[in-house]
Amino acid sequence: MSGLVLVLTVFLACTVEAVEALTIVLAAGTSRNWRSALQGTAAALLALAVTVAALGPAIGLIPFQALRLVVGALLLVFGLQWLRKAMLRASGYKALHDESDAYAKEVAAARAAAGGGRGIVTDWYAFTLSFKGVFLEGLEVAFIVVTFGNNQGSVPLAALGAVAAVVAVTGVGIAVRAPLARVPENSMKFAVGIMLTAFGVFWAGEGAGVEWPGADAALLVLVPAIALLGLGGAALMRRTSPADSPLGRPAAAPAKGTLT
Amino acid sequence: MKWIRSFALFWYDFVVGDDWRVAAGVVVALGATAGLVHAADVNAWWLLPLAVVVMLGLSLRRAVAAASR
Repeated sequence: MSGLVLVLTVFLACTVEAVEALTIVLAAGTSRNWRSALQGTAAALLALAVTVAALGPAIGLIPFQALRLVVGALLLVFGLQWLRKAMLRASGYKALHDESDAYAKEVAAARAAAGGGRGIVTDWYAFTLSFKGVFLEGLEVAFIVVTFGNNQGSVPLAALGAVAAVVAVTGVGIAVRAPLARVPENSMKFAVGIMLTAFGVFWAGEGAGVEWPGADAALLVLVPAIALLGLGGAALMRRTSPADSPLGRPAAAPAKGTLT
Repeated sequence: MKWIRSFALFWYDFVVGDDWRVAAGVVVALGATAGLVHAADVNAWWLLPLAVVVMLGLSLRRAVAAASR
């Protein structure tokens, strides 16, 4: 896999999660307390950096064959989850994710919550809301950075993709000071689901002892084949989608801890 | 005890997600692939892509049936 594909996959996955995290931080900041919301964000980014710094070398110690088997299996499970949800959203069986709606719900919940601070944090609710939002949305990206990076022998390159996404989303977020509702999140999630599934199949297969026809070139068949499966499946499902399809309706804010 | 349960539930949600059958299917497909490769000396590269098609199809069928009810 070229470095470009590695960076692009991590960038896309991280952009999607960063957009969702930004919505939560904006809600905590505007409706409660900016200082506490930013403290929570900084603490979560620090926790994620420590996770990557600790897991990266630790995973690097696992024998290569076993690493590919375990990492491939996990990426395949994650990829199938992303792809499944993306297909359900694209075909109208699941409501599209809508940042404006998610923002409104987070703001309403934040305004209704009790106040109070702890130590140097003046608003504990804003701090924990931001911390949880950023940490939980970032945890899977941290996993993707560590696993993709280790498999390709380049954790720093994968981290570069993640940092670029965070910088881009933060920059745009500061500029518009609103949830990034125009980011094509649902399409990006589809693309990430395809990439995670394809690389999961490839690496898990190698870990199980398979020799792929064409070696690494098999990915050039796997990626478009899974894309075709996803897009074709979604198109078929759209035909049978109910008349009162939820397509286009705003979705509820994602539950904390969910990945996609 | 509540903390341990919450911690375990978080990791279950994180790794397994919405449909546990998909995660179980991945484990079974990988086990079968490794078995064919190492025990029967068959280069079963085709099994995982086939399993992806079947698992995704079945999982979506369940989701569509649930949404249509």
